Amino acid sequence: MAYDKFNILTSTAVPLPIENVDTDQIIPARFLKATERVGFGDNLFRDWRYNQDNTLKEDFVLNQDKFSGKILVGGKNFGSGSSREHAAWAVYDYGFRCVVSSFFADIFRGNCLNIGVLPVQVSAAFLQKIFDAVDADPSTELEINLQEQKITLLPTGESESFDINDYKKNNMLNGFDDIDYLLNIKKDIETFAENTPL
Amino acid sequence: MSATKTLFDKVWDSHVVHKIQDGPDVLFIDRHMVHEVTSPVAFLGIKNRNIPVMHPEKTFATADHNTPTINQHLPVADPLSANQLRMLEENANEYGISYWGLGHAKNGIVHVVGPEYGITQPGATIVCGDSHTSTHGAFGAIAFGIGTSEVEMVLATQCIMQPKPKRMRININGKMSKGVTPKDVALFIISQLTTSGATGYFVEYAGEIFREMSMEGRMTVCNLSIEMGARGGMIAPDEKTFEYVKGREFTPKGADWDKAMAYWETLYTDEDAIFDKELTFDGSLIEPMITYGTNPGMGMGISNDIPMADAVQGGATTYQKSLKYMDFNEGDSMMGKPIDFVFLGSCTNGRIEDFRAFASIVKGRKKADNVTAWLVPGSHKVESAIKEEGILDILTESGFELREPGCSACLAMNDDKVPAGKLAVSTSNRNFEGRQGPGSRTLLASPLVAAAAAVTGKVTDPRELMVELV
Repeated sequence: MAYDKFNILTSTAVPLPIENVDTDQIIPARFLKATERVGFGDNLFRDWRYNQDNTLKEDFVLNQDKFSGKILVGGKNFGSGSSREHAAWAVYDYGFRCVVSSFFADIFRGNCLNIGVLPVQVSAAFLQKIFDAVDADPSTELEINLQEQKITLLPTGESESFDINDYKKNNMLNGFDDIDYLLNIKKDIETFAENTPL
Repeated sequence: MSATKTLFDKVWDSHVVHKIQDGPDVLFIDRHMVHEVTSPVAFLGIKNRNIPVMHPEKTFATADHNTPTINQHLPVADPLSANQLRMLEENANEYGISYWGLGHAKNGIVHVVGPEYGITQPGATIVCGDSHTSTHGAFGAIAFGIGTSEVEMVLATQCIMQPKPKRMRININGKMSKGVTPKDVALFIISQLTTSGATGYFVEYAGEIFREMSMEGRMTVCNLSIEMGARGGMIAPDEKTFEYVKGREFTPKGADWDKAMAYWETLYTDEDAIFDKELTFDGSLIEPMITYGTNPGMGMGISNDIPMADAVQGGATTYQKSLKYMDFNEGDSMMGKPIDFVFLGSCTNGRIEDFRAFASIVKGRKKADNVTAWLVPGSHKVESAIKEEGILDILTESGFELREPGCSACLAMNDDKVPAGKLAVSTSNRNFEGRQGPGSRTLLASPLVAAAAAVTGKVTDPRELMVELV
């Protein structure tokens, strides 16, 4: 499924300064029973957002009106745990288009890239600057410029560059997905398949 | 001139269809396993694009994540779960994929049945929409979990696109001490590396401790590779591997076997091959392990005290939040903490060897009254072996019941949920908040530690119960 093009995103951010946020927190397994990709945003961080009687946990960041935006900022090792793409779907479906952290779990990062959510890895020091700025003023905006691979804290102009390989960057700028690419080289794959030993 | 290569390089490089400059490799996939939870949207994707499954004979479907572990002969009560299972069956039938659904003799957890039927083979690339696909690395395969978009890619083109991970080797020499199992070895490694210490790497496990391990033990170790952030882990195949694989339903036969063996015997790391990172530990120092926090890296020798926040890697806030969830304090001893549930099973510890270990402790003892125990075999084949070996009699005599195969309380998608606040000793792979049910608290441990807790009703060093057996 082709996805939204990503170019420059300017938005306020939602801070989640916790390390090792795992995929079971992002979306608990009991909400993985759907057979279509709909409605996962409702259960994003379900057990951190809601008490067991379904009342809101007022102190959780997603329940605080002062924080909003299309950028989720998480602590180190964000997205560890399972391969469930539902975690990336939940992040997207809730309205986020970018996740910023000082370190991402591998599969989660790949899943994000495959559905059009940009993972932006920054230094621990820059991450802390973002947390501090957003904490001090929740209306603080960040700019993510994919073409230039640059993230900027707009009020101060402080910025850092981030890595993404050219292939994925091009995909995200244009909204292409990997299947488009693979189908284009189908003949090569078929030839390869004929010669595999297993 | 061919450069020296690691085991990982040999298998990876021989599966690269196409390399993209400053991008991922197009990797050919030999074996693809699907289950009901992460596949429906992928099948929907190829339907919407109106393309067929390129190699249906290379994909295998089993139902496991979302299945009941009692009364499997009855219709599945939860309509959402029933729908997901029905979708898997319909998709498998529509595209001509082998399907081992609920009630099928070969049904079981995807990472247990793959090896049992010889789908898992040395030198293969194996993927599944499940992070514990790393299990199959025990056979010298490159095996790792993928997301649903990638499941769709494999269905459509038998390939995925992945940047090649870096190479790490973890060497452990020495033997496992009394009461120490492969699970403890893995939990020890994760406690040393943390849950992100191997992110970006593919791990090869080497050294005496892994050479001496059974195939089941190697599967447990490779299974947990993902818990230190590694995409996967692998062990070079040896005689033990070939012996295990030989004669199984989907393994090559006759001349094909000889051809396969010729390839498999090349699967080792060349002597002077270079790893991006190499770690060495002394295996004789590893104790029975237990976790005390909310990620698998928060583990320690069972007789130790919970570390103080200033003594651990990472932020104190996150650490203290974790202990608060567990209702533990820094400096607490785990020994003697009363427990409520015991779970024996999962793709980590749901194999016959795990049930043998559990039975060795509970034999001649009784289940503690305060403990609810869920004993869930990884597959029907494991279930049969439990019965044939007389293990079921031991378990029954000690007051335990055996359930039917599935992922069960490992991720608690079905009804096997540990209630809020309750403490479970679990042989599974993740102790995340709410993993075994909303509000549940999990202590990860080996089948021996689980058995010791089950009969004493509290966290107990299994070595105390093994004294008389020596």
